[in-house]
Amino acid sequence: MTVADLTSVLVWLPIAAAAAIWILPLSRYATGSLAVLVSLIEVGLWIEQAIRFDFHGSGLKFAQETPWIKDLHVSYHVGEYAFSLWLVGLTVIAMAACIGYGFWVGRDRPRAYFGLMLFLTGATVGVFVSQDLLLFYAFFEAMLIPLYILIGVWGGPGRIGASIKLLLYTMTGSLVMLASIIVFGLKAGTFDLANGPTSFSRWLFLGFMLAFALKAPLFPFHGWLPDAYREAPPEVTAVLSGVIAKAGTYGMLRIAITKFPEPAHFYGTSIMGLAAVTLVYASVLAFRAPDFRGAVAYSSMAYSGLIALGLFAGKDLAYDGAVLQMVAHGLISVSLFLIAGMVERRTTTGEFALLGGMARGRPVLATLLMTTGIISLAVPGSAAFAGEFLILAGSYQRAWWWAVIGAGAIVLAAMYMLRLISAVLHQARGSTVSDAALDLRPGEIALVVPLVALLLTLSAWPAAISHHSFAGDVPATAIKAQFK
Amino acid sequence: MIHPPTIDWFSISTILVLLGASGIALLGAVLVPQAHRRVFAATVAGLGSAGGIVTSVWLYVDSASGHRVIADGFYRDRWTALAQVILCATALGTVLVSAEHIPNDHIAEYFALLLAALAGMAFFVGAANLMTLFLSLEWFSIALYVMCAIDYDREGSLEAGLKYLVIGSFGSASLLFGSALVYGATNRIGFVEIAHAVGRSGLHGDVLLVLGVAMIVAGLGFKMSAAPFHMWTPDVYEGAPTPVTAFMSSATKVAALVLTLRVFLTSFPQEAHLWTWAFAGIAVASLVIGNFAALVQRNVKRLLAYSSISHAGFMLIGLSVGTALGGRALMFYLVPYSAMAFGSFAIVAARERELGEPVTLDNLAGFGWERPFLGVAMWFFMFGFAGLPLGGGFVGKFYVLAAAYRHGWTWLVIVGVLATLVSLYYYLGVVRALYMRPAESLRVAPVTGGAPAREVLLHAAVGMALTVSVGSLVAVGPLITLARHAAASLPF
Repeated sequence: MTVADLTSVLVWLPIAAAAAIWILPLSRYATGSLAVLVSLIEVGLWIEQAIRFDFHGSGLKFAQETPWIKDLHVSYHVGEYAFSLWLVGLTVIAMAACIGYGFWVGRDRPRAYFGLMLFLTGATVGVFVSQDLLLFYAFFEAMLIPLYILIGVWGGPGRIGASIKLLLYTMTGSLVMLASIIVFGLKAGTFDLANGPTSFSRWLFLGFMLAFALKAPLFPFHGWLPDAYREAPPEVTAVLSGVIAKAGTYGMLRIAITKFPEPAHFYGTSIMGLAAVTLVYASVLAFRAPDFRGAVAYSSMAYSGLIALGLFAGKDLAYDGAVLQMVAHGLISVSLFLIAGMVERRTTTGEFALLGGMARGRPVLATLLMTTGIISLAVPGSAAFAGEFLILAGSYQRAWWWAVIGAGAIVLAAMYMLRLISAVLHQARGSTVSDAALDLRPGEIALVVPLVALLLTLSAWPAAISHHSFAGDVPATAIKAQFK
Repeated sequence: MIHPPTIDWFSISTILVLLGASGIALLGAVLVPQAHRRVFAATVAGLGSAGGIVTSVWLYVDSASGHRVIADGFYRDRWTALAQVILCATALGTVLVSAEHIPNDHIAEYFALLLAALAGMAFFVGAANLMTLFLSLEWFSIALYVMCAIDYDREGSLEAGLKYLVIGSFGSASLLFGSALVYGATNRIGFVEIAHAVGRSGLHGDVLLVLGVAMIVAGLGFKMSAAPFHMWTPDVYEGAPTPVTAFMSSATKVAALVLTLRVFLTSFPQEAHLWTWAFAGIAVASLVIGNFAALVQRNVKRLLAYSSISHAGFMLIGLSVGTALGGRALMFYLVPYSAMAFGSFAIVAARERELGEPVTLDNLAGFGWERPFLGVAMWFFMFGFAGLPLGGGFVGKFYVLAAAYRHGWTWLVIVGVLATLVSLYYYLGVVRALYMRPAESLRVAPVTGGAPAREVLLHAAVGMALTVSVGSLVAVGPLITLARHAAASLPF
């Protein structure tokens, strides 16, 4: 097996493991252990790829191609660019943490649960490595299947409505994208992303963008978000906002911008406008949200807006910043939602009105929430700040007022994040916070500390990603060449 | 003096095998003691359909150059053979499910009828003139009428049989009348000869001919249960014994669609501008009516019946464009579709037996957890129907939409996409019913008490359907090659 095969292994190993878990009558403990083991193997395989990755050479790395539907020129083509490598890394690490969380809290019906989580891992990695439009679409859709069931079965009281809303919203976008894919692929004579031509069609561009804007989500396509993020089990919300939402912004970068240079330019300002509205509006909503998860949910929507702003600014710095921000925010969001889950387990609620004073006697919880929260509000020196700074610098190069809007959002971020921290940790003790609510247990610490440690590492060395995301570190040029 | 035609016995070997098995099963009804009759008849039927698969695969391999045989009454080509393989495979599954699910009276006759219907369909897909077409249509229809009513102690079954008989006869009459008009206009009954006659005598746009074509469209539309000829479908599918429904929803559609494409391509190429649009219209009507009506169904069999109408619409998209790509798309789509349709009805049959009452979305609750394999298979089928990438249905949809786009019908792509979106709601509804009801709303009390029957054969059949449905996603390449070779027999 060569290292190029690892790309396929990263996709299919978890799916095979999911099938094994569904078929083998393992005990609850064995099922959970197997799932955690597989998710850790994924992380290991990814590290192996990252070590061997050639960040300087251009072109697709670790690629594999086999014909799939010959007469329509569809192929099974997978491979990684530097930025896809980072997103794959984010996926496997986040999924490992979330699967670990599911094991720790002892989810009901473990075989179904862990099988679906592993399936989700494989599908999401598949999205980030597909280099064929139909394959990309297949994985993009495949992510929804486990999500629907994970939310619908293990979610909160309003889970059924939330899951169906999520699916109908995102499938609307996806199906419009399918029509666009058919038109694009048949016109181009190939569905290959890495070797195919670009298109001038504005309609097709909008078809793709609808799907990505719904996934990210951008204003006004976020109707599914509050319900889904509140009703899903915390670790699924973590995946949804930390990883799945990134599939939307990744799609903008990989397909919408590269394959449609002219339409992306034409609609660039409008989309930046939408992104800016998303950023400000979601920040305000986050400030108004009455509960932990609601605040974090809207904050991740705000970050989606910020990332889209960076992507469509079309400048080197902004591209670097957007990729860095995707990874950094992914880690932040996973940590925050997992912590939200841990708080909810102790107090049975996420309502700020019923929480408060949790810092006293719970130093680990307080430290971790504080650290993640501070990184999240983009305090100078943090990974999120680095990403945000690059994005703002890039959008400043486009026009100064974009940077003003973005900078304003930093202030809003500080407002909602500090409100969240103080509502949970400080203030008077909430009515649901009893003395019996213990500090984080070793298992929980083991899940969150690595994520926070990664965030601190990225804060110390953001260039690890921002200088290693595009061949030769010249993003705009690489994008013009469609990453060839 | 009449000269008997030379007969290529091998070309009709599938039909002969099936008829032979049917005869043996029928003898079993008389000669085999009641205690062993079920095992005997089911074995004969199973072997018969398996034998049918073998001979049709053989025919496929051996009929690279398609031609007509037996006084030009029957096509020996790969289009026929591949359709026969699909038909026999669904019949094999039906045998497995029926062996456990058809009540004891007349069990041997039931299997004899199943094989006879199958033989009729196997003949139907190869029909080469209007006479064989009509005869074989009646042949399998009459067998199906009786099969629908076989459980005659149940009012629903009898009603289904009668309804199917009355409305089916109407369809047959329409087809027959249409054939007569076409014959009247062209003086020919052979498909190829009709096209020649139309070309030679400048009958292009002749009123009799066009009227005849329209009536043939309607007659075949009844068999494929496409809107607006679908009224019988939900009632019959609901009332018929569920294994019969499973067979009808998969096999009848395969036969009708496969034959329709052949008839229209071969006989009426000059009228293509009419029938492509007619079928496109029917496709749109089926997609709209099937999907919207399915949204409000509570009875799962009715829901699946409307879903089968909407899938007829999807397959008609491939058919209506009338191109080689469309033909291939249709043939490919039929494989996962028939597996999923068959499999989902088989699962409904299991639940129905467990509850002793019709399966609704309410009493389906919790089924996914109680019987994990059937539950997982059902969600694979439902997501597969909805076109999510859990099975070949995904590629099938992509294929027919690609064919429509290639033909220049972007509007049909958009209709297909919108229809998929609507369909998502009720397919997800089934999954929701299977898995997501809160424990307190489960009012599940199997009347039989105790654990459900083991139903090994039913599980095997569902496993088969699941394998085909998922396998057709993985093995797209080889299947497309098969479909391409099959479609090469048609005059595009």
